[in-house]
Amino acid sequence: MDTNGRVGAVDPFIELDGVEKVFEVRRKTGFMRRERHRVRAVDSISFAVARGEMVGYIGPNGAGKSTTIKMLTGILTPSAGRLRVAGIEPSRERTRLAHRIGVVFGQRTTLWWDLPLIDSYRLMHRMYRIPDARYRENLDRLVELLELGSLLDVPVRQLSLGQRMRGDIVAALLHDPEVLYLDEPTIGLDVVSKAKVREFLRQLNAERATTVLLTTHDLQDIEQLCSRVMVIDHGRLVYDGALAGLHESGESERTLVVDLARELPPIDAPPPARVVRVEGPRQWLAFPASESAAGLVARIAAEYPLVDLSVREPDIEAVIAKMLHGDSHGKEVGRPVP
Amino acid sequence: MGSARLYLAVAVGGFRRYASYRAATAAGVFTNTVFGLILVYTYLALWEERPGLGGYDQAQAVTYVWLGQCLYATLAIQGGGAEKDLMDRIRTGEIAVDLYRPADLQLWWLAGDVGRALFQMVGRGVVPFLVGWLFFPMALPGEAGLWAAFAVTLLLAAVVSFAIRYLAALSVFWLMDGMGVSQVLMILGVFCSGMVLPLNAFPGAFGDVVRWLPWAAQIQVPADVLMGETAVPGAFAFQAGWAVVLLGLGRLVQSAATRRVVVQGG
Ligand SMILES: Nc1ncnc2c1ncn2[C@@H]1O[C@H](COP(=O)(O)OP(=O)(O)OP(=O)(O)O)[C@@H](O)[C@H]1O
Ligand SMILES: [Mg+2]
Repeated sequence: MDTNGRVGAVDPFIELDGVEKVFEVRRKTGFMRRERHRVRAVDSISFAVARGEMVGYIGPNGAGKSTTIKMLTGILTPSAGRLRVAGIEPSRERTRLAHRIGVVFGQRTTLWWDLPLIDSYRLMHRMYRIPDARYRENLDRLVELLELGSLLDVPVRQLSLGQRMRGDIVAALLHDPEVLYLDEPTIGLDVVSKAKVREFLRQLNAERATTVLLTTHDLQDIEQLCSRVMVIDHGRLVYDGALAGLHESGESERTLVVDLARELPPIDAPPPARVVRVEGPRQWLAFPASESAAGLVARIAAEYPLVDLSVREPDIEAVIAKMLHGDSHGKEVGRPVP
Repeated sequence: MGSARLYLAVAVGGFRRYASYRAATAAGVFTNTVFGLILVYTYLALWEERPGLGGYDQAQAVTYVWLGQCLYATLAIQGGGAEKDLMDRIRTGEIAVDLYRPADLQLWWLAGDVGRALFQMVGRGVVPFLVGWLFFPMALPGEAGLWAAFAVTLLLAAVVSFAIRYLAALSVFWLMDGMGVSQVLMILGVFCSGMVLPLNAFPGAFGDVVRWLPWAAQIQVPADVLMGETAVPGAFAFQAGWAVVLLGLGRLVQSAATRRVVVQGG
C-alpha cells in the first residue's frame, strides 16, 4: 500500500485524493431538442479517515454526500482522482470490498419488503458467508442492542420507520464490517428512536472500533457522535476539523426566544446579542453559540416583565450557511480546505 | 458451494413472498379458470370447423388451453415478475442497494424469479389445470418419462422467460421509464408464446418465424413435449440455446449498464 501519510490520519483506512464525479445530464430544451450539460456533483475532494474514527459528513441538499458514499461503496466510478478503502479501489473490486463494508442508506432498505425481518437476515448469512456460530452470536447481540427481538417474525412492510431503520442497521452489521457508511440513518425518526440509534452507534464505535462515516442533516447526530466533521458544499470540501471549530468558523448563533407580559419595543440587549424578530409579546434574540445564555437571561429578567423563555440551538444548515456565506475570518479555524 | 446456498435462499424468498399475496393468488386462480373455460369453448368451436388445426386433435387443443392457463402466471407471459420489480428499483435508485451486495445481479434476480414461478405454478396454475382435467377430455401422457421431460422443459421455459424480461428491465437504465417496454413485452409475450393460439396453427413464413423466436420456448414447446408432439432432445436444445444466448446478452448489457450506471436519487 502507499505511505504518503497525510496529516490527521496515521493509518488511512479511507483515502480520497482529488476525487471527482461528473454526471452528464440531458435536459429538454424544447420540442425534440435536448441539451447536454455536466453536473459536477463531487469536485476534487481529498480526505483520509483513520481506522476506528467516527466522522460526520455534512452539507446542504445536493452537496454531493450521497454521491461520495456511492463512490466509496464502488457502485459509482469516480470521473477522476484516486480512491481507496482498506487498500481496495472500490469500483474495481466492489464485491471483494463488500465483505468488509456495511452500508445503510436511510432512505432505502436492504430488507425484503414482504417477508419477515428474519428472512432478510438469513439471506445476509448466506450472502456474506458468515460462519454459523458467528452469525448467531452477532444476530443475538445486535437484535438485543437494537431491541428488535419481538419483531423478527414481522413482515418488513409492517414495521414503523424507526423499527425498519434499526432493522437495516442490523442487516448492515451482521458480517462484522470494518467500516460502516450511514447515509442519513436518523431521517424521519422520533426523538426516542434517534437516541437509540445514536447510543448504539457510539457503542459500536467504542467497543468494536468500527470506522463510521455518517451523513446527516441533524446537528445533534454529529454533536453526540463525531469528534470530527467534514463539510461539503457544491461538491467541494470546505471544512474538515472539530465540531467546535465549525461553530466558530461559522460564528454560529443560538436563539433566545422570550415571551414578555405584553407587547414592548425591541429589548435593549448588550451586543453582540440583538433582537432579530418581534411578534407581539414574543421576541427573538440572537447571541453567539460560544457564549453562555445566563448573563443575557439575567439581564432581561431584571429589566423586563418576563413570562417564559427558551433557547434554540443553531441548526446545521444555518451553521453551514453562515460558514459558507458569512464573513471572513472563520475560514482559518479547524483544518479548512482550500 | 456457498453461492448455491445463497441463490437457493433467494429463490425460497421469492416463493414465500408470492405465497404471502393470498388475495391476489385467489383472484388469479379464479381468472385463469374463467379464461380457460372461455378459451376451451372457443377452441372447441374452432377445431369443429378446422379439425386437426396445428396438428392437434380436440383433446390436445383442450390440453393446450389448460396448460396455457397454468403457465400464464408461472412464466409471467404478460410480464409482472422480476422485471417489474427490477424496473422500479432502477427507476427509483433502489438498485443501489442491490449493486453494493456481494452477489451477482443476474443470478440474484433469476433465482428470485424462479422461486416466484414455482409458487405461481403450485399456488395459482395447478387449480385451473385440475379443473380442466376433471371436466374436459385431455390428452395427457401415461409415461413418467414424458412428465419428467416436461418438468425439465418447464424449468428451461422459466429461464428463457426470465432472460427476456431481464433484458427488457435493464433498458430502464437508459430509458428511465419501463412503461413502453412493458407494453411491448406484454403484447409479444401474449402473442408470440402461443397464449392466444398455438403457434403450430400459424400459417406460412410467419408461423415459421414465430416458432423460432424465444417466446416459443414458453408455452408451445412445453405443450408439445407433454403431448409427445415433438422430439424431447430437440426441444431441450431449442430452449437451452435461447437461454444461453439471452442470459449471455443480459450479462453484456448488465455490465454496460453498471459501468455507466447512474444510480438515481440520494
Ligand atoms: N444520477 C444522477 N444524475 C444526475 N445528477 C445527479 C445524479 N445523482 C446526483 N446528481 C446530482 O449530484 C449532486 C449531488 O447529489 P447528492 O445526492 O450526492 O447530494 P447529497 O449531498 O446527498 O444531498 P441530500 O442532502 O439532498 O441527500 C446534485 O446536484 C444532484 O442533482
Ligand atoms: Mg443524500
